[in-house]
Amino acid sequence: MSPSPLLEMRGVTKTYGGTRALDRVDFALDRGEVHALVGENGAGKSTLVKVLSGATPREGGTVSLEGAPAEVRSPADALALGIGILHQGLQLVPHLSVAENVFLGHEPTLRRGPLLDRAALARETKALLAQLGETIDPSARLETLDVARRQLVAIARALSRRMRILVLDEPTAPLTSHEAERLFAVVRRLRGEGVGVIHISHRLDEVFALSDRVTVLRDGKNVLTALTAEIDRNALIRSMVGRDLAGEYPESRSQPGEAILEVEGLVSGRVGPVSLTLRRGEVLGMAGLVGAGRSEVVRAVFGADPRGAGRMRLCGRPVDPRSPREAIALGIGLLTEDRDRLGLIGSLDVRENITLANLRVVARGPFLSKPRERAAVLRLVDELRIRPDGIDRQVSELSGGNRQKVVLARWLHTDCRVLIFDEPTAGVDVGARYEIYLLIRRLVEKGIGVLIVSSDLPEILGICDRVIVLREGKIAGSVLAGEATQETLLALASPGTAA
Amino acid sequence: MRPRGSEAAIALAVVLECAVLALLSPHFFTTENLLNVSLQASITAIIAVGMTFVILTGGIDLSVGSVVAVAGIATTSALQSGRSYAASLAAGIGVGVLSGAAAGALVSVLRIAPFIVTLALMTVWRGLAFVTTEGRPVWSLPAGFASLGGARLAGVPLPSILMLLVFAAAHVALRHTRWGRHLYAVGGNPEAARLAGIRVRRVIASAYVLCGALAAAGGILLASRMNSGQPNAGLMLELDVIAAVVVGGTSLAGGRGSVLGTFLGTMLIAILRNGLNLLNVNSYIQQVVVGAVILMAVLLDHLRGR
Repeated sequence: MSPSPLLEMRGVTKTYGGTRALDRVDFALDRGEVHALVGENGAGKSTLVKVLSGATPREGGTVSLEGAPAEVRSPADALALGIGILHQGLQLVPHLSVAENVFLGHEPTLRRGPLLDRAALARETKALLAQLGETIDPSARLETLDVARRQLVAIARALSRRMRILVLDEPTAPLTSHEAERLFAVVRRLRGEGVGVIHISHRLDEVFALSDRVTVLRDGKNVLTALTAEIDRNALIRSMVGRDLAGEYPESRSQPGEAILEVEGLVSGRVGPVSLTLRRGEVLGMAGLVGAGRSEVVRAVFGADPRGAGRMRLCGRPVDPRSPREAIALGIGLLTEDRDRLGLIGSLDVRENITLANLRVVARGPFLSKPRERAAVLRLVDELRIRPDGIDRQVSELSGGNRQKVVLARWLHTDCRVLIFDEPTAGVDVGARYEIYLLIRRLVEKGIGVLIVSSDLPEILGICDRVIVLREGKIAGSVLAGEATQETLLALASPGTAA
Repeated sequence: MRPRGSEAAIALAVVLECAVLALLSPHFFTTENLLNVSLQASITAIIAVGMTFVILTGGIDLSVGSVVAVAGIATTSALQSGRSYAASLAAGIGVGVLSGAAAGALVSVLRIAPFIVTLALMTVWRGLAFVTTEGRPVWSLPAGFASLGGARLAGVPLPSILMLLVFAAAHVALRHTRWGRHLYAVGGNPEAARLAGIRVRRVIASAYVLCGALAAAGGILLASRMNSGQPNAGLMLELDVIAAVVVGGTSLAGGRGSVLGTFLGTMLIAILRNGLNLLNVNSYIQQVVVGAVILMAVLLDHLRGR
């Protein structure tokens, strides 16, 4: 290690209310190093980054850059010192153009005057995006782009600032493995140029593929810093959760029965026709690249988007749900992607979020029965081990994994026969993931059919019995999970290869 | 889902306000004066309940002041031409329901901004109030009509009793029925509510219909108290109503708030006005004070909520 690291944080401490979010954390980053920061939700990763970016003041400890003490009191200070942060929730402005987003806050102007230099703006944006191997029109409005492209715009924005330190907070969550690879290539190039990269991720595959060193935070403490090459996956998981997990995925033991949901020739917008069959007691996976139309298919099945064509049968009976309401009445549930925007209602508490889709069973006529509601919710909170277990808490106080469990509890409360998960573990930490997988297993053992859309290929292979792959809006193939590998799924998902 | 603490804070503000006024004026803390305050607040308060429903959905209804005028005119005109009380009251309330249904349909089905829809309706109804009456009040009403707003039951003004009944019913509806829960959900996150199987458009429309009906009820009470249908009744009343709801802690963004808060907000402003009158504060200065208090109340709530 060089005598003065690029970044050195020593004994950083931060408390929120009564809880120690950071407890004397040491963290160092060298020039040209990718340092992975891992840990369960609530372990203190985000808080450490907030301290580094000046978004929150630290209570103790020191921060130095290249050996010199650095006072970072605001995000503007951080930018001036060359610390760039790519946040989880992309901080972009939807109504502005791509170029305007990339250069937001440091727009090139004509002769340094007040007037924007539009030509330079477009030219430089194009150049930055070209480095990322992307040819997005700089004048396109951001909101017209899909999530993956927006992520690339956010990365271009960080590049435009010429950072010494780049923090990537779950950068690949909305990306397909293809796009993630491209991002990693950029990160490796930046590393070659001497930039220090802090990489926060729940995906251990990425950590091992990309990082030089890895630091594990648990309960606000640094419990491990090691060279990535010298630590194995199980040891890493152990230090993250502080105990042994049986494995990353529960054993699969289901015996699929008769067809429960049959979809034939479904068309939604430019997606389709798609046909699929989900059996009782089966976990069916749906893989594909972002933009392949997976969410469109499940939303159309659920009646959230109109179906252009197609027939559906539920337990052999023809059905035609035209709204989520009708789908729910038939016993179909959908855990949407982006649970905070499309799933949870932030102004309602845990109890109210859980009973929302089926208030009828906790009501007499139009009137709610509070005792019945409490009893139903307490049972689910207990069964799903939602923590903390106060049912009157705002959902925003819960971690990603527990928020996902709240949404899952909502659908268990409705007695579904078919449950569809769209990206069930995005932003969910390792421990809670395992619990969600176990719950899915328990559901199928009860005879429910489960359909899972996921961009996380190891997850698809680990949890599903069978996998169908979507490519450009059509089914590219169907494989048994036990006989497939990530490579076979990717080959099916990628355009331009034989089906 | 609701800032219970915020209601306690407003309640505390009301108590403090009463204590100060009781010290400053010997006339304030008398039964007669307090009943008087409740009477003066009753019409604004009843309409503020409807406004709370609409604001909880994330909308706004600027047309309530004009609905007050039109409903008053509809009822008084019907009475003047000899219709029964039942028919006349139904005519007034019907106008409000119609207005609310129009606003609800435009907002929920066609997705036009509530501010614009109800601004237009406000103008249309006010214009119609003047056109139908040729700008003159509707007089010569049956003798009994004035007792609706003027009668007392066991010493308590009838409008004050109606106000309490409306608040009680609204509280039960919001907190103890499926409809109420749906209203909060739709206001908090309409797309998530739709995906949870809630009929979002119907819920939103229902809030506007109820708001229109309650505005009409307020209009009929006002007409009774003035013993006439006035085309300029309720002018700018929508602003008092919105102020009461917001001071009561209901979020203009929707999804958060309560009718208890609205009740306290209405009372805070009504007591302030009453106190300033008792202290013989000049009416122009009163406006400045009331405006400043509204701003302070909202500011405090905002700071507390962070």
